[in-house]
Amino acid sequence: MINKTLAELASGLDSGEFSSVELTTAYLDRIKAEDSKYNAFITVTGPEALKQAQAADAKRAAGQATALTGIPMAHKDIFCTAGIKTTCGSRILDNFVAPYDATVTKNLADAGMVSLGKTNLDEFAMGSSTESSFYGPSHNPWDLSRVPGGSSGGSAVAVAARLAPAATGTDTGGSIRQPASFCGITGIKPTYGRVSRWGMIAYGSSLDQGGPMTQTAQDAAMMLNVMAGFDPKDSTSVNRDVPDYTARLNEPLKGLRIGLPKEYFGAGLNADIADCIHAAVKQFEALGAVVKEISLPRTELAIPAYYIIAPAEASTNLSRYDGVRYGYRCENPVDLFDLYSRSRGEGFGEEVKRRIMIGTYALSAGYYDAYYRKAQQLRRLIKNDFVAALEEVDVIMGPTTPAPAWVVGEKAKDPISVYLEDIYTISANLAGLPGMSVPCGFVDGMPVGLQVIGNYFDESLLLNIGHQYQQSTDWHTKSAV
Amino acid sequence: MSLERSEVEGIAQLARLKIDASDIDSYATGLNNILNLVDQMQAVDTTGVEPLANPLDAVQRLRIDEVTEPNQRELFQTLAPLAEAGLYLVPKVIE
Repeated sequence: MINKTLAELASGLDSGEFSSVELTTAYLDRIKAEDSKYNAFITVTGPEALKQAQAADAKRAAGQATALTGIPMAHKDIFCTAGIKTTCGSRILDNFVAPYDATVTKNLADAGMVSLGKTNLDEFAMGSSTESSFYGPSHNPWDLSRVPGGSSGGSAVAVAARLAPAATGTDTGGSIRQPASFCGITGIKPTYGRVSRWGMIAYGSSLDQGGPMTQTAQDAAMMLNVMAGFDPKDSTSVNRDVPDYTARLNEPLKGLRIGLPKEYFGAGLNADIADCIHAAVKQFEALGAVVKEISLPRTELAIPAYYIIAPAEASTNLSRYDGVRYGYRCENPVDLFDLYSRSRGEGFGEEVKRRIMIGTYALSAGYYDAYYRKAQQLRRLIKNDFVAALEEVDVIMGPTTPAPAWVVGEKAKDPISVYLEDIYTISANLAGLPGMSVPCGFVDGMPVGLQVIGNYFDESLLLNIGHQYQQSTDWHTKSAV
Repeated sequence: MSLERSEVEGIAQLARLKIDASDIDSYATGLNNILNLVDQMQAVDTTGVEPLANPLDAVQRLRIDEVTEPNQRELFQTLAPLAEAGLYLVPKVIE
């Protein structure tokens, strides 16, 4: 049962092969038995999950079930869940019980999905390994000594270790795609504005986007159907109809124009990963696609632009944590300044403090033009490169990451080396484009992800491509457990 | 471009972050490493390029100015580290 996809679980529930309570119990038992070695979950909500499962079974008995009713899933602990601890991986929110549901949480609950709990992440989603979590790192099910990627690492582990059939993630610079790649699962970051950010704890507001993390592209389509949509509560939500993302999954790929950016296959790329990507591209050619080389000349500038824009937005967003209204407060503050600065100094971890300080500096008087404005100008140039490329091709393909998952602690002394690992994923966030990672091979026993970047609001095409690839290959069926 | 110890202390104060004196040097190194990384931006001529704040170039949506949220003070104050009689308590600010 644990290897079943959402589509298979849906038909099992439909046919009465098992009930939602049985299914939910099976996953809760697995989490209880196995998660001590993975640390995928920060909070497991067993009693609430069983209640939701009972309600889902009743809904089904009454003939009111929809595709996802009764199927368990897990939430990245960045989505607010009413009455349930929502930590964002930080000491400063260690005691925070959200007073409301995020729109994504509500949409999935309304569809009848059962939440098993909240998954681990880098503190405030700042990181690519879960190592900056206050709750300690999660471990990659393919090799427990290695990181699962991040920031949505706990969600990726939950799906890859079959502790949950699906999970939510968020992606600011690659935080859905990179852990999906490291753990051998499918993840899609939709177009900026497609999925509501309301109740999704903010990191870089102009970059953050939620999305599904699943075993297959078909499952991602089913979940995105429910997650996506206009939300008046999110001022950057886009008011545009949501297509049925499952409708085009079976369309043939004949004539699909694929662009391979030469900058994504340069010296920094692990040669074995390059081989995996080229093999995947060959597979698409066999499916009728046409491949050409393209150029995204400002690829290398994406990292500097990102490491100004994201920290600048973070320093602003995280100013809300003041030790007054909610969250951690220091002991015995002598005055208001001491209350603010010690609550924040003790409540935030090192990486978060570093990014807040960089952002504060970049936005401070006298430096704004040289850093923040400059980064935003580069952001437009980077976007323009993509817009031009996507006039020539339908999608852009390349590796999700330059190297496979690293060993826990290996890069702890050198944060910059971790920043550089985001080279292929960060640009899609700067441009606001949708990007997907699907499993396409292994290097030294660790999974490799193929990244597919599409045009604005072209998630249907990405999922179609992912599904067609998964119909003709079996990388996505490989299980770590 | 390299930040001095005193500048790092100034940034920490602006950001309301208490950093132990013994950690200032390691933050200075960390911040300088990031500034070195982002320095390559300066080599690009961006004259006349409009800054991009929203990837879709979207502008703020407007709505009718009306009350849309109910008052949930009591619920929200259950989350506060220190609240009493509907007020958030902080150290004395005015002598």
